[in-house]
Amino acid sequence: MNLTSFRQLRNCQTIPVDDAPLVMPTAFRNAVITSVNEGARICALFGVPEDNIVPQVFSQTMIRLFAILAHDTKGILSVISTNVHDSYPALTPDCPQAHWFEREIFEQWGIKPEGHPWLKPIRFHKNYNKNEDQNRSGDTVIGVTDYFRLEGSEIHEVAVGPVHAGIIEPGHFRFECHGENVYHLEISLGYQHRGIEQALIGGPAKRTLPYMETLAGDTTIGHATAYANLMETLTGTPIPPRASAIRGIAMELERLANHTGDLGALASDVGFLPTASYCGRIRGDFLNMTALICGSRFGRGLIMPGGVAFNLDDHLGNQLKDRLKNGLHDLTGAVNLLWDTPSVLARFENTGIISAKAVVDLGLVGPAARACDIVRDVRYDFPFGIFRFSQIPVSTWNTGDVFARAYVRWLEIQRSIAFIQRQLEIWPEGNIVAEIKKPAANSMAISMVEGWRGEICHVALTDNLGHFRHYKIMDPSFHNWFGLAMAMRNQQISDFPICNKSFNLSYCGHDL
Amino acid sequence: MMNVLATALKQKKWTIDYPKGEPVLPERFRGLPVLDPAKCNSNCHACIEACPTGALKEGLIIDLGRCLFCNQCVRACPDGAISFSREFRMAAGTREALIYKNNSPKLSASLDKESKRLFSRSLKLRQVSAGGCGACEADTNVLGTIVYDLGRFGVQFVASPRHADGLLITGPVSQNMQLALEKTYKALPAPKLVIATGACSISGGPYIDHPEVLNGADPILPVDLYIPGCPPHPLTILHGILSLLGRL
Repeated sequence: MNLTSFRQLRNCQTIPVDDAPLVMPTAFRNAVITSVNEGARICALFGVPEDNIVPQVFSQTMIRLFAILAHDTKGILSVISTNVHDSYPALTPDCPQAHWFEREIFEQWGIKPEGHPWLKPIRFHKNYNKNEDQNRSGDTVIGVTDYFRLEGSEIHEVAVGPVHAGIIEPGHFRFECHGENVYHLEISLGYQHRGIEQALIGGPAKRTLPYMETLAGDTTIGHATAYANLMETLTGTPIPPRASAIRGIAMELERLANHTGDLGALASDVGFLPTASYCGRIRGDFLNMTALICGSRFGRGLIMPGGVAFNLDDHLGNQLKDRLKNGLHDLTGAVNLLWDTPSVLARFENTGIISAKAVVDLGLVGPAARACDIVRDVRYDFPFGIFRFSQIPVSTWNTGDVFARAYVRWLEIQRSIAFIQRQLEIWPEGNIVAEIKKPAANSMAISMVEGWRGEICHVALTDNLGHFRHYKIMDPSFHNWFGLAMAMRNQQISDFPICNKSFNLSYCGHDL
Repeated sequence: MMNVLATALKQKKWTIDYPKGEPVLPERFRGLPVLDPAKCNSNCHACIEACPTGALKEGLIIDLGRCLFCNQCVRACPDGAISFSREFRMAAGTREALIYKNNSPKLSASLDKESKRLFSRSLKLRQVSAGGCGACEADTNVLGTIVYDLGRFGVQFVASPRHADGLLITGPVSQNMQLALEKTYKALPAPKLVIATGACSISGGPYIDHPEVLNGADPILPVDLYIPGCPPHPLTILHGILSLLGRL
């Protein structure tokens, strides 16, 4: 493996920004593409303005591009960077994984990846460059862009959203169809954009934690933990083992609630109401278990840099044990109905297939990747917190269809419950919070956790006072939205709801 | 088939008694704040400085429309003047009523007589998430499960604004959703209601004063019911809707 031009590091590690190798754009491009061809995966690829280091002698801001690659089987991360002005040679033509990242770089900074085949906005916001007349990223009117078009007789286009028919977040979908058959689904997001990354600059501040908890509200624990881990590495604060265990329990409870909800929603979308209604209720039971710990069904206010805000005493621990036991019992009955019912399986199997090759090429993460027999799980590949001590086996299936994505969730549910039960047996004593110090100056820290949707990656760069100069958030949805588009190819348009539910991606986690 | 029936027998009845009986909330649930001015040292300002959204004001006043129930003020106060009760009834019909003091009147909302006649037995709502994080949406969705069984009150979420009597809005109303929200509202036949659910839709929540958001629904739509929380508990939402309809 060619890692010579990269700086290697582990998950939850801090390095001086100057340690990130700075190379010419062509060398950057070659290094990333070569590494990806050898099995690495792009975790993050983003631009940071260099104006506080290099005086603005140029007519435009200089942007430093950072690429963070994951070497899943080796458990290491690697970082490389380059400085760019107006444009640079796009990676996408030789490295499809980069396509969404490069669209983001173009939209945020107006830096053009030359040769990018799909260069259009992903969030429809104003360019971040302070110079107003430099808005080169094209259109910023939401939803107005150059959509793909299929031409020919008997071709039709179905446009859905931003407002959908259920209680669900907004996004715009365009299906290019021939009869019932979908040739391509174009996904156009940005409706949920709230400007979180820009607002994080200058932090950590008192709103930083609420941003983390609400950037994707169903992944409150996931993102808050990623942020807390990042702050702890930046400040060199080890947290008490008891806090680690509580975080692990909360993270798996979040996974349980969401996976249960997804299985119920999948049942509902194929018209199988028993499982739909049971899972709707049991999902709430898992949310209430999180509320048992911290008062909030979504884990608001539980995670904080340095530890956790609420202790889990023996009394609550015993209650949790009982509730988990009952939850597993009821859920087993409800979910096994899915696998025993031919009319459900007929709809799940061979629907929305993505190949293992597509997963690798596009860099998909989470249950969507594991449903194609790809062993990819941050808890296993880059263990953090409690998962360094208590491992959860990676759950995979090999058919890549809706069934596989549902079945992987069921396997994960069982293993998460076993994990929590085990934690409640081997309960570490002690404090639940450690005092947090000042973040290191001029540093770069990377933190990854396995949220219920997949890999969450946070990257922070600090200035010479230790404040955030840049904060990059990668929700798993950012990697996976295009996976949904691929799953819809050559499918019937009526299968969209179950394909969509089998991914259940976040709009706000993507839009930020 | 036999499996389905056998499983149905094992899964018990779960629908809660509320509003007839009192629901049980978790011990650590953070509902309506309890403010004790006698304990407050008014020169200290620790709570005001700790609050991420500026919900706390001079004189121990808390704006429930901004409050995230994050507990930072409780932790910051050296004198224990602030705590959270398990009272989940927090919805109000006016924005001003959410500016909460120690002896504020009980929060509630109610429609006029004619609107009650129209909506109290059958209310169809259209939900629009406008920058919502998914938590308010999830705990609104939960009302449709067998636990809350919203349908028994004649309240239902519908797929088209043309079929709806009201809008339930979540999120701080992102600039990018403004047009879609306005169009959805226009598509509703009059008379129509607007319900703002969660701190974001009432005030902007954690996103107050971001240039990318409108600080909630108020600036562009006439809101009839404000349901505070981040997110509000499903019971808080249910209580809000039922009290608006005069069903309690």
